[in-house]
Amino acid sequence: MRFETSPAPHLAPANSVTRMMAQVLLALVPALLAWVWFFGWGIVFNILIATAVALAAESAMLSARGKPLRPHLLDLSAVVTAVLIAMCLPPLTPWWITATGVGFAIIFAKHLYGGLGYNPFNPAMAGYVVILISFPVEMTQWLPPRQIAGEDFPGALAQLYAILTGDLPGEATVDAISQATPLDVMKTELGMARTMAEITADPRFGDMGGYGWEWIGNGILVGGLWLLYARVIRWQIPVAVLAGVLIPATLFHFTDPGAFPSPAFHLFSGATLLCAFFIATDPVSASTTRTGRLIYGFGIGVLIYVIRTWGGYPDAVAFAVLLMNMAVPLIDRYTRPRSYGH
Amino acid sequence: MRKLHGFPGGLQLDGHKTLATGEASTRPPLSHEYVLPLLQHEGDPARAVVAAGDSVRRGQVVARAEGYLSLPIHAPTSGTISAIEARPIPHPSGLMAECIVLRADGRDEVVEPRPPISDPEAIHPSRLRNRLRECGVAGLGGAAFPTHVKLNPARHRIHTLILNGAQCEPYISCDDMLMRERALEVVAGGQVLLTALQCERLIVAIEEATPEAIRAIQTAITELGDPRLELAVVPARYPEGGERQLIQTLTGQEVPSGGLPADLGVLCQNVATAAAAWRALAHGEALTERMVTVTGSGVRSPCNVIARIGTPVRDLIAHAGGYTPEVERLIMGGPMMGFALDNDEIPVVKGSTCVLAASREDGVAQREPMPCIRCGECAEVCPASLLPQQLYWHARDRDFDALRDYDLFDCIECGCCDLVCPSHIPLAQYFRAAKTEIWNRQRERSRAEQARRRHEFRQARLEREQAERRRRLEEKKKRLEQRESAGPDKADVADIISRARTRKKRGRKGESD
Repeated sequence: MRFETSPAPHLAPANSVTRMMAQVLLALVPALLAWVWFFGWGIVFNILIATAVALAAESAMLSARGKPLRPHLLDLSAVVTAVLIAMCLPPLTPWWITATGVGFAIIFAKHLYGGLGYNPFNPAMAGYVVILISFPVEMTQWLPPRQIAGEDFPGALAQLYAILTGDLPGEATVDAISQATPLDVMKTELGMARTMAEITADPRFGDMGGYGWEWIGNGILVGGLWLLYARVIRWQIPVAVLAGVLIPATLFHFTDPGAFPSPAFHLFSGATLLCAFFIATDPVSASTTRTGRLIYGFGIGVLIYVIRTWGGYPDAVAFAVLLMNMAVPLIDRYTRPRSYGH
Repeated sequence: MRKLHGFPGGLQLDGHKTLATGEASTRPPLSHEYVLPLLQHEGDPARAVVAAGDSVRRGQVVARAEGYLSLPIHAPTSGTISAIEARPIPHPSGLMAECIVLRADGRDEVVEPRPPISDPEAIHPSRLRNRLRECGVAGLGGAAFPTHVKLNPARHRIHTLILNGAQCEPYISCDDMLMRERALEVVAGGQVLLTALQCERLIVAIEEATPEAIRAIQTAITELGDPRLELAVVPARYPEGGERQLIQTLTGQEVPSGGLPADLGVLCQNVATAAAAWRALAHGEALTERMVTVTGSGVRSPCNVIARIGTPVRDLIAHAGGYTPEVERLIMGGPMMGFALDNDEIPVVKGSTCVLAASREDGVAQREPMPCIRCGECAEVCPASLLPQQLYWHARDRDFDALRDYDLFDCIECGCCDLVCPSHIPLAQYFRAAKTEIWNRQRERSRAEQARRRHEFRQARLEREQAERRRRLEEKKKRLEQRESAGPDKADVADIISRARTRKKRGRKGESD
């Protein structure tokens, strides 16, 4: 009898890119639930818009590059990029800003560098930075949490209306109801020489990092820990990012608690946790060696703290990640493990 | 209990070993035809000493060893040599090679065995090695390396002999079965090898997943009461049974890159090799059979068989109830490092541990590679602590210097990286191909170097000869000038004549040259 042959190993691989990306998406669900609870349904519309744009851009670029559509659309990497961008956007972000960010991420940051696996920069963060510096006003208009805003809080349809038209239905305007994030408030008010106690007395600050934000943070933590458990990500990057933020935050906070917010505030506000578990862990643009991942993550964490504290932007995750992306080839080169027998 | 050190990376794989260990091993009926490849291991092929038409009996030498790194081959049963010709042999690239084909007569007559060596301690190690060589004993773990060569570690002093019973590849259970059924032979064989090596410690390493084998070996060790013997139960983690990984687990030491275990004073032998060594000594038997696992969901009744060397795979499959309709691949060896056979007429050789008839259920799958996403899982599981992902980029770029720099040659081709790759990139295949190409280039380069040296040598010789001719010519001219100034005399005339004669003679000789 004759048989076909194939090279070893002859076992079926258990993992796939699609499976990894699907697990990442699944891990975002707890945070998404908390998000909807506190900030309404806007995020869901943003995710849908972002995903549609991402898939359209991905298809267009794949056909332009003569690549097969099916395997690459099904690998879900474009969806993950889209969802991560949407998770960084204010709830009422106009659709065309979302589309611009996602389009840039997929077309420029991903495909012009060679597509999946070849992009030196994290596509989601590249796309986010483009819209952050192009549309600074819209990108910093956050809603207050539903539980604080009370009657004024726009419902699902009103949010959808705002996303599609740029304004709320009826009398209210986006400008009138939107507010800065706690991280933003902290930065501005510290700049105006107010004390920490005065600033954090505002109900928006909640217990540690901002009302509502803390629960989103908890959701991210749950999802992130599950990713670690499921071995989709490894511990080095999350631990190093958090250490990079928390070590300087702790040092400065204890030298002058009036001028530097607590480490817990840094941990639970802004995108620190999202970055540690979901953004910095993007394998393509991260360092791949164990030691390299520690250096890469720690660099991101420290940069986040430095830019937040002394830089021009309230949050700094995107800049920190992109800056460390640039260092990856160098880090990888100098952190090779010792091979067996050497 | 020995402290275990473990090794980095590796995988927890589904063993599927109980498939074939449900019943005791059996002997398949005699085949009609046996095919004996003249080369079954690294080194030099044996040379046939029989011709077509010769009658042979079991145990008779049909091919003798040629050179030191070579082993004789013995007839697996009695019968007539029907041909010596090229046949497909078990090889990853489906090679044909010279084989002795034996048509069995069904009588299975045996030659007179060599006299047993009853007290190995009393005999010089070189005689023990010689006996193993005469009996064709080779490493039965898969590589079939001649055992007598391995037991002669030249300048190294061996202090620890490891008997490798950690068969970590899924599906393969031949060593497990052998240890269950012939524990005493394994351990006694180990003792003989200790003597041959004049070394002081023997560790039998067995995976924790095979408790029956552990019990059997423990009983045998207790029975022999030799304080040099020790049992170590190692974790069932692929590739624990890799020589380098096993040494690392047991001693915490790493075999130097490009070196041998002997550099650490350690030597590894497979448990089945030890049993074969015991039979060669105590019974004077040549190696003509081995335990083979016939398994997978592609055969009806998976089992372990004691197969004669040279048995065509199809006869073993028939003995195991034949193929199931789902069979898709025929693999010699395990699913991680074994190679796919393109037909089932290929014979079992000394290094054949397993015949795996695999179906989709066993994981045979078409894989569509995606781009590498740099997840680094390959590096996490690499037991040699390499960066398979970097090696892959360089292998694709055919950047051979970078491949060496990233220690390609420390890759043991275990396939762990390949199996965990979410992009389904055939990494192991890339690495095997890159190694082969580098070796080929090296061979070509050394051949070119040799040709260049030969050319330069010839050039130098021609120049030297020309210079000599010129010098002789000048000398002659000088002498002639001297003579002209002195004027000819009688002695001179005689001299000239004799010289002319010799020149004539030399000239004629030059023509014939």
